[in-house]
Amino acid sequence: MKTLAPASEAELAEIVAKTSEPLRVIGGGTRPIGVPVNAQPLTTSGLSGVELYEPGALTLVVKAGTPVAEVERTLAAEGQRLAFEPMDHRGLLATTGEPTIGGVFAANVSGPRRIQCGAARDFLLGVRFVDGQGQVIRNGGRVMKNVTGYDIVKLMAGSYGTLGVLTELSLKVLPKSHATGTVLIEGLADAQAVRALSRALASPYEVTGAAHLQRGADGTPVTMVRIEGFENSVAYRAGELKKILSAFGEVKIETDPERTSAEWRSVRDVEVFHGRDGDIWRLSVKPSDAPVIVSRLNGAEAVYDWGGGLVWLLVPQSSNATEIRAAVAKTGGHATLIRGNRAAGVFQPLAPAVAALHDGLRARFDPRGILNPGLMGRAA
Amino acid sequence: MEMPAPNPAILARKADLVEKLQSIMPRDAVIHEPAETRAYECDGLTAYKCPPLAVVLPASTQEVSDALRICHEMGVPVVPRGSGTSLAGGALPTEDSVILGVARLNDVLETDYDNRFIRVQTGRTNLSVTGAVEEDGFFYAPDPSSQLACAIAGNIAMNSGGAHCLKYGVTTNNLMGVTMVLMDGTVTEIGGAFLDAEGLDILGLLCGSEGQLGVVTEATLRILHKPEGARPVLMGFNSSEVAGQCVSDIIKAGVLPVAIEFMDRPCIRATEDFAGAGYPDCEALLIVEVEGSDAEIDEQLETIMEIARGHDPVELRQSESEEESKRIWLGRKSAFGAMGQINDYMCLDGTIPVSQLPYVLRRTEELSKDFGLDVANVFHAGDGNMHPLILFDANKPGDLETCEALGAEILKLCVEVGGCLTGEHGVGIEKRDLMLHQYDPADLEIQMAVKDVFDPKWLLNPAKVFPLASSDARRIAAE
Repeated sequence: MKTLAPASEAELAEIVAKTSEPLRVIGGGTRPIGVPVNAQPLTTSGLSGVELYEPGALTLVVKAGTPVAEVERTLAAEGQRLAFEPMDHRGLLATTGEPTIGGVFAANVSGPRRIQCGAARDFLLGVRFVDGQGQVIRNGGRVMKNVTGYDIVKLMAGSYGTLGVLTELSLKVLPKSHATGTVLIEGLADAQAVRALSRALASPYEVTGAAHLQRGADGTPVTMVRIEGFENSVAYRAGELKKILSAFGEVKIETDPERTSAEWRSVRDVEVFHGRDGDIWRLSVKPSDAPVIVSRLNGAEAVYDWGGGLVWLLVPQSSNATEIRAAVAKTGGHATLIRGNRAAGVFQPLAPAVAALHDGLRARFDPRGILNPGLMGRAA
Repeated sequence: MEMPAPNPAILARKADLVEKLQSIMPRDAVIHEPAETRAYECDGLTAYKCPPLAVVLPASTQEVSDALRICHEMGVPVVPRGSGTSLAGGALPTEDSVILGVARLNDVLETDYDNRFIRVQTGRTNLSVTGAVEEDGFFYAPDPSSQLACAIAGNIAMNSGGAHCLKYGVTTNNLMGVTMVLMDGTVTEIGGAFLDAEGLDILGLLCGSEGQLGVVTEATLRILHKPEGARPVLMGFNSSEVAGQCVSDIIKAGVLPVAIEFMDRPCIRATEDFAGAGYPDCEALLIVEVEGSDAEIDEQLETIMEIARGHDPVELRQSESEEESKRIWLGRKSAFGAMGQINDYMCLDGTIPVSQLPYVLRRTEELSKDFGLDVANVFHAGDGNMHPLILFDANKPGDLETCEALGAEILKLCVEVGGCLTGEHGVGIEKRDLMLHQYDPADLEIQMAVKDVFDPKWLLNPAKVFPLASSDARRIAAE
């Protein structure tokens, strides 16, 4: 099927208004998350470019189909960045193409720094989108604080194109940090590692990354804590964290910019699982529950981020989804099947009353049920 | 400010309603004598008052659910109320409505430092959430000026911010989970002690929904370890515009203070008399605060003070002690109260792009002259959240109306330069009729459609947020 690629918001709105067929909404197509949708593909990649950038106000307004790489280049030129550190899914999902900024927000994609500064949705200040009837809707704006009416902005983030097609986004951006340090401990078992991360995160030292790999570069487990800021401050806080964490094992401090950058990119993109066979799950749980959940699942390998609260699981192909969801449900949280047979369901099933709210919202935003129908579980 | 006429059919069934409500909670939790309901006739927007039909003060999620179910079945509007500190009339009742107050829901349910959260009932005050964890070195970040009194339920309803949200975010950025009761009594759980709740972002939608979607009875909140230290610096300038430029330059330089607060001369004088914080007597004052160890604070303040020096300050002074820092913040946080002692005022809350600060301050001054009412400014400059205080005389006929007209012009100005009507106080009734200056009818229609999903009969706080003419059809259809 030929992919529709409107070149303007108006053209996109007309396509949606006139279509009688369901649409599969994509940005760059690099994040096939959700139940596969068999429908006419529609990409926002034709809506591209920076509309407004005010470094002094920390705001960027950008069209949804703009490549993430272009956004990052624009910000870097002014010493700023997307602080929530969006993951690049291409390595993990073996996809190709150009990730778009719209896709980042449609899937609410955040990286290790989410633990400190918030998720993608926390940086989204305003949206324009086309709803399921082809109407252009605006919500939010380009200011940091805004409680004027309902926050539809947050609702659009992480709605995977099921409520509307994002066309323009206003973002909060932040200055890049001058220096980075990683505090490392090798050889910890999962439960010990999460305890160490909790200690670091419960300190006043503003940890911006807290991860544990069961298999680091040389095969041994490695627990990593990141601090960022001015050089002296990073050195000071790394030293303080070293004192706190020495109870857990020998502590090393890494401050080489290239190596720290590579380490955290590896966590962000879950590089340990690239090219490996098996299903991949993403769990969001209470950090101290994470090692218990992982230990209950036979043959599971894990990468822990967000102090243990985010678990990437590699399990043998076609592992029992019910067992994984039950393990999570028992303590609270949710499990998403990122790679594997997605036809059987991807997201954590919702309680009936909450599912009813989801269905109601979909029916209002997309009454004909034509936007990514069924992607998040139940067709509208 | 117009409110819908009370429904006589509901007024006629008051006795029946009270009896039903008394059957599901202790008698003293149902207030219905006119002398007693008057205590709930207004919130922080005291210009508008109306005693409700009755007040219920449930002490559990179950009682909230039962009370809402009864009102739902009888078609009675319900106005949820936290502590009643809203400045926008968010908790203003109508004569035919029941106030549902969460004041008796004030327990701490769970504190977990390893996983950095606290779970509380939502009638608990904002400051007492921090109070529950501060001995162990933790705090809850959002800090609205009313934090001594305001409830978490109201913070969620209005997505409250505060001076320190420049660094730590507002309520929506610190809320992890809720127990929410829908208008028909259905109890739902969303999110919990984990990040990024499941499914569509219902939590995000709830924050700032002004009590129109559901009543939140329990909340899981993110807590953080306190910084090692914090230190404010005072900067005085000869003009508001220069102070505005200084703010923009600080942000551009890549240092991120936890707070940048702004006050102009009228506010400086009023708060100085009140708190004795040692503010300089000048046109514009900035309080800039940074956090960290002593050495880290020195390093950041050095950069910030260098920028300030470039703007020819009349005063540039770091706090020398914790005692002095406290006084500096006491002054800022009591600014509204201090102004209230010398004048009636209306507090606005528009937010603008920081780059527009100098222009908006100049234009506000011109408008103030045109309307013949003084405007004092005290606001969160770092995120462009303005708080112009329009001074008027409530006893002088016509002054309130002039004040409201001037307020509307200032808010339209905020929208014009790319900002919004309200940054943290909410729309309530106060800015309801200005909504069409910010949004097109289709933009408002989709917001009202969201309410249709949560509250199809439009019984929860129905006459707020949307212009009455826009929501008329829905409210009438529900009757």
